[in-house]
Amino acid sequence: MADMLWQRELPGASLVVRGARVVDPAEGIDARLEVRIDDGTIVAVAERVDANEHRVVEADGLVLAPAFVDPHVHLRTPGREDEETIASGTAAAAAGGYCAILAMPNTEPVVDTAATLGSLVEAARREAEVPVGFLGAITRGQQGEELTEMAELTDAGAVAFSDDGVPVASAGLMRRALQYATITGRPLALHCEEPTLSHGGHVHEGRVAAELGFAGYPSVAESVAVERDLSLAGYEHGRVHVLHLSAAESVEALRRAREAGVAATGEATPHHLVLTDDAVRSLDPNVKMNPPLRAERDRLALLEAVKDGTIEAIATDHAPHAEHEKDVPFEAAPFGVTGLETAFAALYTHLVEPGLLPLATLLERMSAGPARIFGLERPRVAAGARANLVLLDLDREWRVGEQPFRSRSGNSWLLGSTLRGAVRMTLAGGAVVHE
Amino acid sequence: MTSIRLVKDDLRPPGAPPKRHLLSVADLTRDDVERLLGTARTFAASLERHVKKLPTLKGHLVVNLFYESSTRTSSSFELAAKRLSADTLTVKSAGSSVDKGESLKDTALTLGAYDPDVIVIRHPQIGAPQLVARVTDAHVVNAGDGKHQHPTQALLDLYTLQEELGRLEGLHVAIVGDVLHSRVARSLLQAFALVGIRTTLVGPPALLPRELPTEATTDIGAIADADVVYVLRMQNERMQPGANYVPSLREYSARWGITPERLRPGQRVMHPGPMNRGVEIDPRVADSPQSLVTNEVRSGLVVRMAVLYDVLTGGPVGVRALAAAEVA
Repeated sequence: MADMLWQRELPGASLVVRGARVVDPAEGIDARLEVRIDDGTIVAVAERVDANEHRVVEADGLVLAPAFVDPHVHLRTPGREDEETIASGTAAAAAGGYCAILAMPNTEPVVDTAATLGSLVEAARREAEVPVGFLGAITRGQQGEELTEMAELTDAGAVAFSDDGVPVASAGLMRRALQYATITGRPLALHCEEPTLSHGGHVHEGRVAAELGFAGYPSVAESVAVERDLSLAGYEHGRVHVLHLSAAESVEALRRAREAGVAATGEATPHHLVLTDDAVRSLDPNVKMNPPLRAERDRLALLEAVKDGTIEAIATDHAPHAEHEKDVPFEAAPFGVTGLETAFAALYTHLVEPGLLPLATLLERMSAGPARIFGLERPRVAAGARANLVLLDLDREWRVGEQPFRSRSGNSWLLGSTLRGAVRMTLAGGAVVHE
Repeated sequence: MTSIRLVKDDLRPPGAPPKRHLLSVADLTRDDVERLLGTARTFAASLERHVKKLPTLKGHLVVNLFYESSTRTSSSFELAAKRLSADTLTVKSAGSSVDKGESLKDTALTLGAYDPDVIVIRHPQIGAPQLVARVTDAHVVNAGDGKHQHPTQALLDLYTLQEELGRLEGLHVAIVGDVLHSRVARSLLQAFALVGIRTTLVGPPALLPRELPTEATTDIGAIADADVVYVLRMQNERMQPGANYVPSLREYSARWGITPERLRPGQRVMHPGPMNRGVEIDPRVADSPQSLVTNEVRSGLVVRMAVLYDVLTGGPVGVRALAAAEVA
């Protein structure tokens, strides 16, 4: 298998973490253990490890877990380096506790050739704080007309293929993409939206849109596309990952397809798991995203699916936007919000603390789940594994925006809110990348 | 009812003045509405006099910022400000720096530099008045933002109903037509709910928004029960071939147009203008004594005087609007 993640050269950490509660759901660990890391590799996980001359990180009261994997990030490079770069986006990821992120190809130009992908790989080797992988486009220029050279893109390191940002509108082309992608062994990551139904919509079609006067973007615009693509994936034995699920009907379609044996996975974002379209009443452009925030029943369906494993991954859909582009009336604002630096705390505060989601499930869906879907090495707390770890302070409260973001953009839906749960340290690719 | 001081005065209370806006009917209470209508009535009486100008807002600057075409709203805001002796400045997007691509924020900051007391804004996008309220120190009055709100239209319609029918509570109004794209309908629904008016929405299926908490029907026969039939403008752009909200204007008129035959004696008819005669409203209805259309225009002047006065003189109106604007 070709390499799929790239990071700049960083010194491997040598340290001992002492006193932490170690939680690694995939390894079945939840215990007070000490962890020793030699030159970036975990060498011992035990009740008592030798520190020797290593630096000792006293972690009483903290949680040590496998670091997070975000399968859905927009790094805006090439083309919109004013909004994000590989350096700034991966620094934001490090601050958010991530040891790996995957970047979407809807850049300017679109990542639709091995040459473009290659230049990103080179840049990542120079400037990525945490390992970063790249998706290639499904169609050239994401125009939805011609397939990209997926085989060559795979050789160049594409983790998966996606036209994220826009749907593959043609069912016939989607079928061809599914057929051809089978030779790459990589999944198709699908932005499911029927454009003739979402057309012009900014807000979930429901009571809030009706009262505020927004053109509605109905749930069914997503779910008919999900159903179509899952049917095609089943027929062609393709592997698909449904991006940013938002509607209860889509979740139900995914559940049924998986039960029927379709190789389908799905992800949900923190904002869809925490907010509903009620938030749009503020007219804050930082709650405008595609797909839109939906109704409470949709949110609850997503939460249930995250709990029961129908949704295996939590993805931020981190979408930085320049301040002047978001500081406009809601309708004129672009879709998208940032999320790398707030994902864990948002979900810990709004789902784990109130008892709606077990901590172990959250940690699994933010790390092992997405790694499994994209065939990445699973971050784990085990001897022999590369150190991809996050040290979490579950009691620390902080105010979003008080400290400047590492991201070049500040279009966070959580701006000004107080969250519990802070990332104290991140190790990614064996190096300390955030502290 | 608040009495109006008819002398030149600094209307702002001492200390930091609270920013008062009128952004949405949703921000008003029933008391706010009653106070505003009472103020409008007082102004109406003053307009009966030989000299119609009042010195009330002398020395104040009212900026009218219009990003959409408008006859009634822009002229009545301008005249309202002038009748109250305020200075007025009207900026229309056409011919201004907006044509050069200036953002709303920068235009607002520019106009804000003149230290206006009130900015009246009409804009095609939802949330534009909130943005202006956030970036300037002016009191902001929403004169229509996209399909969202047109609060002064709702207030002038309440005023018209009160004057012509003598009451508000217990009335039944049928709102007919393109509710989906109508900021007037949305504002009216909230205003009617505040004062105890029953509302029935009537229109083609694709033009009735889903999930509005209001009686709604496609049956034009439902207007028979109403005291007042409120006819919405059928906007031409919705009727482009291919939009398919309705098959044709012809079929719309035949099915939902308000004709004399569809009205019963004593029913009153309202329309926010501009009317498409022969489409949503039969000219015989528009010109009949049942029509309150010109009353609405007259009400517009005094209600907008009341609104300008009210945002500048303190009190509970718009406090929630302010909070909303600050969140946004």
